[in-house]
Amino acid sequence: MSRGSASPPFGPLGVMRSWLRLGPPSPGRHRGSLIAWLILAIGVLYFVFPLIATLEFSLRAKPFGLAYQNVLDDPKFGSSLLYSFTIGLITIAISIAIIVPTAFWVRLKVPHLRTAVEFVTLMPFIIPAVILVFGIIRIYSAKPFVFTRTELGSDALLVAAYVVLSFPYMYRAVDTGLAAIDVRTLTEAAQSLGAGWGRILLRVILPNLRTALLSGAFLTLAIVIGEYTIAVFLARNNQFGVYLSLLGQNKAFEPAAVSLISFGLTWVAMIFIALIGRGARERVQITGAR
Amino acid sequence: MTTLAARAGRRPSFAWVGVLPFFLFSLAALGLPVGFLVVGSFQDGEGGYTVQNFADLTTGTIPVAFRNSIEISLVTAVGGGLFGFLLAWAVIMGGLPGWMRSAVMTFSGVASNFAGVPLALAFVFTIGNLGLITKFLLETWGINLRRDLGFTIYSKAGLELVYLYFQFPLMVLIIAPALDGLRREWREAAENLGASATQYWRHVALPILAPSILGTMILLFGNAFGAQATAFQLTGGTIEIATIAIGRQIRGDVLHNPGLGYAMAMGMVVIMAACIGVYTILQRRSERWLRT
Repeated sequence: MSRGSASPPFGPLGVMRSWLRLGPPSPGRHRGSLIAWLILAIGVLYFVFPLIATLEFSLRAKPFGLAYQNVLDDPKFGSSLLYSFTIGLITIAISIAIIVPTAFWVRLKVPHLRTAVEFVTLMPFIIPAVILVFGIIRIYSAKPFVFTRTELGSDALLVAAYVVLSFPYMYRAVDTGLAAIDVRTLTEAAQSLGAGWGRILLRVILPNLRTALLSGAFLTLAIVIGEYTIAVFLARNNQFGVYLSLLGQNKAFEPAAVSLISFGLTWVAMIFIALIGRGARERVQITGAR
Repeated sequence: MTTLAARAGRRPSFAWVGVLPFFLFSLAALGLPVGFLVVGSFQDGEGGYTVQNFADLTTGTIPVAFRNSIEISLVTAVGGGLFGFLLAWAVIMGGLPGWMRSAVMTFSGVASNFAGVPLALAFVFTIGNLGLITKFLLETWGINLRRDLGFTIYSKAGLELVYLYFQFPLMVLIIAPALDGLRREWREAAENLGASATQYWRHVALPILAPSILGTMILLFGNAFGAQATAFQLTGGTIEIATIAIGRQIRGDVLHNPGLGYAMAMGMVVIMAACIGVYTILQRRSERWLRT
């Protein structure tokens, strides 16, 4: 990594100077970094200000901390969080169960299908959530597949949609993980010891993918918990994002408290990913909960 | 139990069976729903084949919705792209302390994922009718944001301000590796040939980075174009953008023509696909130079 390699008077700082008409480049590096500091300050202010404002707003309720007290006393807060966590965990389990064998098999046996598999996993970037749920509702509320009439059916549709949303992250994480281990040798070694495919996947491949799976899982969890669009159209009012939205329409200070909590959850998930992926250099990219 | 050799002999013809669960699931959860929209967009009220739905995309408020969506996406992609690039440059090459780089990268990871309902609410608390900044301006200088400055968060400009919150961190995340990929040798070579800093950036660094920058901006465009939750929460669905219009059509056939709704969805998919396609091409091109 070439961090900080371009030092004044050469490099981008020189250009910045000429853009900003600060005169000829001077040997002093402080002037150059002043612009960098300025950009950073704007970024940090823009980033932090909404959070401070949300905190301030949540504390406007008197007596001190009432908004938080109300939120914690609201049974719907706990139940929606629990619901979203449960949906998230089921999504992760299904996503892993589908993606790991697929990525393994693509690497080992059917490399010519890689492009097709990758294309499908990237579809959530092309199909916005609102369109995915549009299609899901239209096809699964009419015969022959009626899912939307029952709670369980709608939950199943929600999970199915979230599994699709998790594909890009999960596949990329798993594929990177597989690239780091010698899949073929491990498989052949296990086979020569008499292991079947199920055993190979469960006892050999999965343990080697722990890091990759964890980062994929936390990212999926972060996406699922705040997700709103798909859940609201499937009438999943228990989903955390939908609960927060309804709260925002009905209450003044409590939504601020819940927003902060939700931000904290994203933060925790990202910190976990950063800690897990420290060596792996995997990057967090676009998500679904826009 | 079959022997390894026997299995090996039989395997090739059935190898594709291993990826069948993946494709079957994708068909059920993605293929059929999208296929339904595709087929529906070519059907008229009686189920006959027609392309009239696509022609009808120019009627009513649909063009307005698309124009607004494109405008918002364009503004936030270019604005977020430029600022994200500058921020990435500042922490990577700006001579700031090293730990700031990882701090900004982690912040960006969080911010690019902090979208939807909580983000919209956070901005309402910041600069909405009762927000912190709104209140501060009014109480300190007697400035009414809406009346005196003509700004309200519940508008197109407001939505753009909110979208930037997840747009520029995404730019930082994607462009940082590209900046890392600029090799010291190139700068030194340019320097040895007598190039000034401006010349180095104009003739060496920016041309190398251009596909990355442009590609990521296009990705940001798609990122904003497909967003729904943030806009809905912020404006209560009153802002006329494509995703909100489709949301209304899901709730009930407000266009009085299901096929037109499906055609609208297809219009969005085509735009998104074009974005991702161009992004992929540009990303490949930039990889030619930038191998990190």
